[in-house]
Amino acid sequence: MLNRLHGPLGWTLLFLAGLLFPFVVGNDYHLTVMSTAYLFAIATLGLNLIVGYTGQFNLAHAGFMAIGAYTVGILTVDHGFSYWLSFVLAGAVTVAVGLPLGWVSLRLKGHYFSIFTLCVGYIIYLVIEKWEDLTHGPVGIIGIPAPEPIGDFGFETPRAQYYLMFFFLVLGVWAMRRIVNSLLGRTFMAIRNGDDLAEALGINLMRNKLLAFLISVLYAGWAGALYAGFVRFLGPDIAGVHHTFDMTMYMLIGGLGTLIGPLFGSLSVPWITQYLQFLQEYRFVIFGPILILLVIYLPHGVVGTWLGWRARRAAQVSAAAKPE
Amino acid sequence: MEIFFQQVLNGLTLGGIYSLVALGLTLVYGILHVPNFAHGAFYMVGAFVAYTLMTRWGVNYWLAMLGAGVVVAVLAAISERLVFHPLRHESGLHPMIAAIGLLLFLEAGAQVIWGPDFLRMPTPYTGILDLGGVTAPVQRLLIIAAAFTLMLVLHLFLTRTVMGSTIIAMAQNREGASLVGIDANRVAMLTFAVSGVLAAFAATLYAPINLVYPAMGHLVITKAFVIIILGGMGSVPGAILGGLIIGFAEAFGAFYVSDHYKDIIAFAALVVILSFRPQGIFKGGH
Repeated sequence: MLNRLHGPLGWTLLFLAGLLFPFVVGNDYHLTVMSTAYLFAIATLGLNLIVGYTGQFNLAHAGFMAIGAYTVGILTVDHGFSYWLSFVLAGAVTVAVGLPLGWVSLRLKGHYFSIFTLCVGYIIYLVIEKWEDLTHGPVGIIGIPAPEPIGDFGFETPRAQYYLMFFFLVLGVWAMRRIVNSLLGRTFMAIRNGDDLAEALGINLMRNKLLAFLISVLYAGWAGALYAGFVRFLGPDIAGVHHTFDMTMYMLIGGLGTLIGPLFGSLSVPWITQYLQFLQEYRFVIFGPILILLVIYLPHGVVGTWLGWRARRAAQVSAAAKPE
Repeated sequence: MEIFFQQVLNGLTLGGIYSLVALGLTLVYGILHVPNFAHGAFYMVGAFVAYTLMTRWGVNYWLAMLGAGVVVAVLAAISERLVFHPLRHESGLHPMIAAIGLLLFLEAGAQVIWGPDFLRMPTPYTGILDLGGVTAPVQRLLIIAAAFTLMLVLHLFLTRTVMGSTIIAMAQNREGASLVGIDANRVAMLTFAVSGVLAAFAATLYAPINLVYPAMGHLVITKAFVIIILGGMGSVPGAILGGLIIGFAEAFGAFYVSDHYKDIIAFAALVVILSFRPQGIFKGGH
């Protein structure tokens, strides 16, 4: 029974659940929570590509999300660009910033890469906070317009916004699925499993790492652009490393290097925190130790552990089927 | 000229604090090869413990510093036991994520216990000395003296005592150290404790001219990481020298370049240096 859920049928069911969700909950607030979760899920999908699939722990991810968000904020509010044009440019700007940063940082390996990107994230945060002429500094950008209607479909109501986020999440998952199941995805995984091994296979390390990095930050940039049009207010806080930590937690709870894992994590954790309202501020008193326990006892996350169990069972079944 | 010496004084103050924090980080990295992201949280807890001891129980400044050192040393040793020890055979991602979990827990915990507000730590040393035109707050001179004394003590501890030598031996060669009968688990806990003491002392020294709040460790720890990358991860002299370089760069940068952007200077230096030398400045290749 569970096996059938794996593959196209499972994805279709998830898709239908997402489509019907607004009709099940009657409450705008719940729609907002879910839309926010979708938005961070998009960014987490990107983070998972570079961390889970390629094995490079990029701690500047929230910084790239902020670059996308601020591109939209600055272009729409200060320069009168339309939302959708800014949205497209946000992707371009994020990749343009990511290219030199990725090139410099990916020359470093392992811990050095993580520490370096931690610093890069901090630089992005500080630049946003200090460069007041461009970013409005700590005051933030207020009054970002909602996305303009496409045809008859406007994006003012919570339900319309929900479907907008849902659309991009579906698009993001679809594209990511194409990537990780392609030769390119295998290449990334080969790099994760060992630089030397991958190089021995004839893989150009730098080019492929950089490609994974750029796709990853593109997801972050567009998630940020969506965030800007959804929340319609931006402060430097969006670049804070705690957002990267949040996304890391989503990824780890679900399962690193799986497609469904980060989705599971980023859609379930916000709901848990919703129901533990009193915890909002102090949620990490509980989530911190959970993160540690997961890393120690369940390093592949909920989904990863299940997939591993399934694979082992399948191996046993096929071994039993062969009398040899 | 006075202005120049004023910046030298500031550079020594900042450099001393950064070196102390970076030393703890680099010692732990040398032993466990884990970038301990929670080190900044140890620093923060140290400041809060000292603050509480002084304001609530009226403990003397130096005793409060000692108390903070003991509390954080125990906390760090327990963290090693519960968090990093079970992951000692894992490499890469998982210990880093565990360290992040610890960081998030300690910060949220501090917020529960002490609240999110900015607190000012009292100090008995509020005077200002005039050294030939250079105004020197006593607390700053104290920081410089204490920081360099601590570095000397650490140096003597690592080179002249058996306990300290076990740390060096473990960092140099794990198997070799085990072969001659050094207990790896004990050394790991000891190293964490030492790094905790250094962080707590640094925090108690620096907090009176700064503020105490749950996120106070962020900037310091990030700069400490810059320092140990520059100085070579695991290198003790590298951490001291790197700390001083960053301290001076910030002090002079704040005055001659821009006070507004002074926090970026350290990171910008890192980016520039690593663009040309990915292995750091003091390392011959990695």
